[in-house]
Amino acid sequence: MEKELLVRKIREGTVIDHIPAGKALTVFKILGLTGEEGFTIAVVMNVESRKLGKKDIVKIEGKFLKPSEVDKIALIAPTATINIVRNYEVVTKRRVEIPDEIINILKCINPNCITNKSNEPVSSVFKVISKRPLKLVCKYCDEIMTERDVIKQLAAT
Amino acid sequence: MGFKGRDVLSILDFNREDLETLFKVADDIKANPFKYSEELKGAVLATAFFEPSTRTRLSFQTAILRLGGSYIDLGEIERSSIAKGENIADTVKMLDSYVDIIVIRHRIEGTAKFAAEIAESPVINAGDGRKHHPTQAMIDLYSIHTFKGGIDGLNVAVMGDLKYGRAATSLILGLTLFKPKALYLISPPELRIRPEVMEYLKQAKVNFIETSKLEDCISELDVLYVTRIQKERFPDPAEYEKVRGSYRITLETLKEAKDDLIILHPLPKVGEIDLKVDKTKHAKYFEQAALGVPVRMALLKLITRG
Repeated sequence: MEKELLVRKIREGTVIDHIPAGKALTVFKILGLTGEEGFTIAVVMNVESRKLGKKDIVKIEGKFLKPSEVDKIALIAPTATINIVRNYEVVTKRRVEIPDEIINILKCINPNCITNKSNEPVSSVFKVISKRPLKLVCKYCDEIMTERDVIKQLAAT
Repeated sequence: MGFKGRDVLSILDFNREDLETLFKVADDIKANPFKYSEELKGAVLATAFFEPSTRTRLSFQTAILRLGGSYIDLGEIERSSIAKGENIADTVKMLDSYVDIIVIRHRIEGTAKFAAEIAESPVINAGDGRKHHPTQAMIDLYSIHTFKGGIDGLNVAVMGDLKYGRAATSLILGLTLFKPKALYLISPPELRIRPEVMEYLKQAKVNFIETSKLEDCISELDVLYVTRIQKERFPDPAEYEKVRGSYRITLETLKEAKDDLIILHPLPKVGEIDLKVDKTKHAKYFEQAALGVPVRMALLKLITRG
């Protein structure tokens, strides 16, 4: 990975690598991490990367991601790779992928959309119409959400 | 694709061939109204309007009656269980168990689509907020087809509240299924088309021009579709005040118009067309409203019987 390790390897947990430079704190936020959960966490920002020029890395000891968390990361950091580490070894490594449909992760930005009515049994569903730049359309009300809307929303959670 | 059993949620659920089939059936209904008087005998339609309506509700009710069927109406919201807090999902489930077709209008956007997921019977969107009013677009396209003999090659202008108006939006989307020569989108800058509509126009490669001035294109137009400013959908009354009365069609406006220009309007009109224009040969909006019945009859027949 890096020529010199800025932080030591983790024993068990997840390394989120190849995060676009500057987005690590947003990743941190969308995983709902506050630092008070007790995980040993390393956030490395703006390190050199052959692929990206500069990148961020988040290492979390003792945490494995849920599929919905991986989908959220894909939306704001589509270049990211998720490495699962067991006993200091990377046992699986995969790139995140923006799904074609995003279910129950985002809230429609249209306040008048049926999916924003709490008394109706309905999930929010977005179809991905463009991955780069990210552009989503609400299945129910057709409202378009841009990358900016998505980042704003995920970073605020 | 065929119509039988289909929901009618957006005009873009249909292709040109579907609409041409609809027009043919509507033509035949106009020519032979009594031929269809037993077509939907025994069928029951529900009109569930959670927002005010005159033409849409009455023309759907007339259409099912003229086809030999009958209807139930949800009535005033204040008198139904919605006033007690019943949600849309439960209301639709109940209606679905009573009737064969559900026609629904709601202020909340995406309601018809949600209703269609719940109901087994076909659901017809009679308007959801600012978004869609597909059967109005069918009537509007059929009107152009009837009065001008077709839609391709025409210079069509859609004027007024393109941001909040669902009839204008659905017509604009519907025009992407045909080949108008040019589509002029005339509105105050604050009321331009929404981003998702812009996306469709670009995808469909429609030659469209956004402008604030009718004078710039009036002499070119074959069809002028006028809409009212949708006061009830403005989130901020100050925003409405800024654009109120910002356009009005008068005899003076029409001086440069082609002889055979037709003016359409989904109605109700509330001052955006001078009453004197009603008497000109250009004014086709009352005839257009009358076409609501044969078009909706054709649609009900097609989605029920094919």
